[in-house]
Order: sequence, then C-alpha cells, then structure tokens
Amino acid sequence: MNDILQGLAEAGRLVITLDPDLAEITARSLQVTVTATVIASAIGLPLGAWLAVNRFRMRRVVIALLNALMGLPPVVVGLIVYILFSRSGPFGVLGLLFTPTVMIIAQVIIITPIIASIAHQAIRELWADYHDLLISLNTTRGQRMRALLWDGRRALMTASLAGFGRAIGEVGAIMIVGGNIDNATRVLTTAIALETGKGNFALALALGFVLIALAIAVNLALHMLSRTERGSRW
Amino acid sequence: MVSAILRLTLDQVEIRRGGRCILGPISLTIEGEGITILLGPNGSGKTSLLRAMHGLERISGGKVSWQGPKDRVRARQAFVFQSPVLMRRSVLDCIAYPLLLDGVGKATARRRAADRGAEVGLGDLLENPANSLSGGERQKMALARALIRAPEVLFLDEPCANLDGRSTREIETILQSARADGTRIVMSTHNVGQARRLADHVLFLHDGLLRESASGCEFFTAPATPEAMAHINGDLLP
Repeated sequence: MNDILQGLAEAGRLVITLDPDLAEITARSLQVTVTATVIASAIGLPLGAWLAVNRFRMRRVVIALLNALMGLPPVVVGLIVYILFSRSGPFGVLGLLFTPTVMIIAQVIIITPIIASIAHQAIRELWADYHDLLISLNTTRGQRMRALLWDGRRALMTASLAGFGRAIGEVGAIMIVGGNIDNATRVLTTAIALETGKGNFALALALGFVLIALAIAVNLALHMLSRTERGSRW
Repeated sequence: MVSAILRLTLDQVEIRRGGRCILGPISLTIEGEGITILLGPNGSGKTSLLRAMHGLERISGGKVSWQGPKDRVRARQAFVFQSPVLMRRSVLDCIAYPLLLDGVGKATARRRAADRGAEVGLGDLLENPANSLSGGERQKMALARALIRAPEVLFLDEPCANLDGRSTREIETILQSARADGTRIVMSTHNVGQARRLADHVLFLHDGLLRESASGCEFFTAPATPEAMAHINGDLLP
C-alpha cells in the first residue's frame, strides 16, 4: 500500500515538474500509438465496411479469421516482425529494427484485426437498415461503403479507440522490436517494465498512472470533440 | 412526357421462397401515364410484386423487362418503402443524398433538397435529424427523396399505412402533382378509398395471383371477380 501511495506522489511530482524524461517517453508513446491507430483505422475501417457489403464464397472464413486474429499474442507478432526486420531478414536492408517506425508496424499488425472486426459488427447492423434504400438508389459498392462509413462514424470511433487502447498498453511486441533504448525507442510501457525489473517501484507506478491518465484523456477528448451521447445525435 | 424506360413487361414472373410459391406466375405490362394501384389484402403479394418490378427481389422464374440499357433503367426509377429508411443524417441531407450519388455538388444538392423539402411541407424541419420526424413526416421525407431525381417511374409500397387522414391527404396531393408532372406511379395499398381516389388503373391481387386488371372506373363500378367485389365492399376475404 505504501508503494502505491509513493507511486502516486512520485507521479504527481513528475507531472508537476514536467520531468523531461517523462515528457519525452510520453510523447513517444503517443506518437507511436496514434500513428499506428491512424494507419490501422485507414486499413481496418474500410475492410470492415467491405466485408459487410460484399458477399463472397470465403466471407465467413475471413470474418472468423479476423475475429481470431483479435487475440493475436503481441509477443509472437513482435518476434515475427523482429525476424523480418533483423539484419538477415527480408526487410533487413531497411535498417528499421530498433526504431519507432518498426514499433508502429508491429502495433498496426496487432490492432488492425481488432478495428476491422468491431467496425464490421457496427457496419453490418447499419447495412441491414440501409440495404434496401442503397440498392434501390442504384449505388455502386464504393458509394455504399462511403455512406456506411460516414453514417456509422460514431460507432467506428469506438472501434478505433479499442485499437488505441490495445496499442497504448502493449509492451511485448514493442519491447522486442524497439529494444527499449533510452532516448530512441523507450515508451511508457517498456519503461515501466524496466523500472519494475530494477526494483524502482515508485517510478514504475508513477509511469503507470501517467499511462492510465493518458488513455483516459485521449478517450475523453475524442468523445467531447465528436459530441457522442448527446440528445438526438447518433 | 412519355417515359423512355417504359414500357415495363412482366412475363410469367414467379417468386418462390422456401419451396412455396408466394407470387405468380404473373404477366402484365405497365406503360403510358397515370397512377396504377396494386390492390389486395395483406399477404396477397403486393410488396413482392413491386419489389420484383423494381429489381429488389430475386425472381424464381419468368422475366421482367424494361426499355433501354440497364444502368439508365435503374437510375430512372425510385422506390418508397412502407417503413421509410432513415439515414443517420439531417432531413436535408437525407433528401439530398440521391443527388450526391449522381455527382451533383454539395451546395447545389442541398439547395435543391431544401426546395423539395419545402414543397412537401418539411420546410421547418430540414436541419433536424431524420429520426426525429413523425410517421407522416418520415413518409414525406422519403417521397421528397424519391422525387428529387425526377424519376420516370415511382414505386410506392403502402405509403399511407399507419398514417392519419391529414397526412394521407397531404401525401396524395404530392402524388397527384407528381403524376401531373408526368411521373408514372405504381403504388400498392389495401385501402379501397385511397385506390378509388387515385387509380387510373387497378391491378387486383389475391393469393399471389393477378386476378384483375382494369381501368379505375371500370374496376370500381363493375369488378369482374367475386374476390374483387368482396374487397371493394369491405367484406373479409377467406
């Protein structure tokens, strides 16, 4: 209990004094995760819509696979990305291992199935409502997907936020591919793992509280900006 | 205006679902001008027939043929559903949506949608979300949306079911003026009074079969089948 109180106090001190190390790794956490979420949303949201409006032979299999991939173990993703980008791997020449870029790539792989899967669920219901109208209006597939993505945007924000939540708290993959290098690839989660290992519980807890506060702040900010849960809006 | 995509011909059209024949075989043609009313009790196949004509329903046999290339034929029709499909947008944007699909600029589309909306009496509600409308207002919104592309053929599936007298009258007025503008209207109803007021031509359906096809005045003065007679007189059909 004492450790937790100390952690809280330490967290308060770090935030109030705007500790430069804390600011740096917090900014890097945000940069990596927000970039990964944006890229994964750009892939996952249209993929979800596409799966909802198209009927093809392997559709059920693809959806089941997507749902299964939501539980992809980050450590395994990290290992595979590590092998692909290591000196002897196929992408070794790019020299991306132990950079924020490869951390973003690993996170995109982890959260794209989550975003696509939740987006598909949301859009499937909207498509059931819109089906007759959009068919009757002689829309193209692209127009249907655009209408569904736009009109379902508030539900889709939940999908993206779920992806963000998974990515910001993720440690296994980015530890492996990023290497937790000070001033280069250290982020909040890997720093927590390191400080815990060193027995520096107060600092680790402080970083943990900052991480939780960050996740809550991003969610609140987006909800306020998009004005969900307000009266007659969807 | 003589429509370019008519005439519409149905040749031995059949719809089977789950091994049961729910419609047909039906053969008929629709051409010329005016309002054709599909009359018949619930479950007689009115909705299925309308949807088959419009191309929403997969037909199990027979042929539906329009004049001209498929894309043009599809683009020149509109359909108003029994329960209007509400998009998660403002009333104005719902009405403007078909124009946006045609590539009309957003400002122009919204201006034309505002005019249409005002014509059907939704002028004060244009900025409200579509799901805040009442039943009658929803149907008027759907009508404005269907008419905004100036379709040659307009299908309506029981547009006045569940509406009170006043809303029904307003919708009938809109339909009469669309008819005067040259829109060919095909509409289903089980309301005999409404059929009497609007019909230039009547198609009477019973048990999935076309039992009678006659001009409105012929049909109501001298129905040829006992089922039609009973329906007009308000008797309950077996």
